[in-house]
Amino acid sequence: MNILQMFSYPFMQRALIAGVLVSLCAALLGVPLVLKRYSMIGDGLSHVSFGALAIAVALGVTPLYFSIPVVILAAFFLLRMASHPHWNSDAAIAAVSASALAIGILVISRTTGMTTDVDNYMFGSVLAMTKGDVALSVILSVTVLTLYLLFYHQIFAVTFDESFSRATGLKVDACNTLLAILTALTIVLGMRMMGAMLISSLVIFPALTAMRLFKSFRGVILCAAVTSVVCFCVGLTISFGFSTPVGATVVAADLTVFLAACLLAALRRK
Amino acid sequence: MKDNELIVCRDVSLGYEGKSVLTDLDLTIAKGDYLCVVGDNGSGKSTLMRGLLGLIQPQSGTIEHAPALKHGAIGYLPQQTRAQRDFPATVLEVVLSGCLNRQGLYFFYTPAQRSEAMMNLGKLGILELKDACYRDLSGGQQQRVLLARALCAASQLLILDEPITGLDPAAAQDLYKTLAYLNQKEGMAIVMVTHDLKAALKSARTVLHIGRKGLFTGTASDYLASPQGRRFREELES
Repeated sequence: MNILQMFSYPFMQRALIAGVLVSLCAALLGVPLVLKRYSMIGDGLSHVSFGALAIAVALGVTPLYFSIPVVILAAFFLLRMASHPHWNSDAAIAAVSASALAIGILVISRTTGMTTDVDNYMFGSVLAMTKGDVALSVILSVTVLTLYLLFYHQIFAVTFDESFSRATGLKVDACNTLLAILTALTIVLGMRMMGAMLISSLVIFPALTAMRLFKSFRGVILCAAVTSVVCFCVGLTISFGFSTPVGATVVAADLTVFLAACLLAALRRK
Repeated sequence: MKDNELIVCRDVSLGYEGKSVLTDLDLTIAKGDYLCVVGDNGSGKSTLMRGLLGLIQPQSGTIEHAPALKHGAIGYLPQQTRAQRDFPATVLEVVLSGCLNRQGLYFFYTPAQRSEAMMNLGKLGILELKDACYRDLSGGQQQRVLLARALCAASQLLILDEPITGLDPAAAQDLYKTLAYLNQKEGMAIVMVTHDLKAALKSARTVLHIGRKGLFTGTASDYLASPQGRRFREELES
């Protein structure tokens, strides 16, 4: 089976378009999140997103319309906690993410039961993207990309040094809030295909890979974006060829590239 | 407010959540001043910094900024954070980010901002490092980069929060020399919180001691004669 044939299926086309856009957004947002030591927030949000999806299905509303506001709220909350001096943010994020998962599972067990649908939410499915989802993904991804480009320098400054940025009059809180909202959107969009358990790796891996290889912030951002998109395409192709779940295959591709980057960095240091 | 004054604090109390850390503070920072803030840990030095920078509002009294300092045109050198030590960014990227407070929503920096960044790099003697990676630099070089960034943000006042923490003695001495140069030749007013009394008293024109038993403001020699500073005298003379 060749690649052209593979993309003659409409569901594969949808997966490709939405997946490339979501991985691009995730990689771009991942760099500041990882550098700010907020990697766990992505993980927490994906679990909240799972809980929200479960509730939305039980209520019979369109999952995305319900989970997007819930996850944005959770993002606000988690970010507040992460920057709060008196709270143990690590523990708080772990508690939130486990609770959201538990609520999701409870709701599912009382309504639909553990069906293939639930399995899809947890571990992702290439078939999960409908036409509406793709349209929404395109709109939201373009929004994320535009805002990111517009605020690129602010995001850099705030990531590098929050106290300096605050002192020189940048709107640090607004910038953090923007980052939280964009992350929430990206995670909700990506989790249908990648799965709640795996989506956070899409945020973290490209940034880690790029940080091993590049010395400038711009280089890291560009490298993360390219790595993420390439890994997604490779993962999608392999998953189609060998009938493996997309999410897990993409993460495996990301892991491979990350390990290769570590090796390269180690060789270069010698 | 007179023409040569940058920040005037009148009868200011500062603190958090209703608890005052600092009370009855009167302080004037004029153009070209060199003020060292000393005092025990937890006495409110950092709170004062935050007040001067406008990050917290005084609980009572007023902190007045000169028009030239509006819009955050204060060069601030914060303490380094752990995340910064392994941050992937070139020196030029870091220094340029100091120009952001005068930048609207444009993706590109203007040529004028670029040349200003270059000039400040040159002033601090690190122009040849402009494409180096920030995380590969020594502590002293990193501090210079942050100082260059602060210079991009402000032309009249620098506020430094324990700038020599983590520097070796030679690098610390270099930093003091640079600060003295900026103060004398460029007329930059400097406010520095420090634990390094010896060097601080050598260069500072005024000393502000914040202690549990009250404040002291005066010249370095007055400070050593004062009840708060007397205990340091022997140590410094030896």
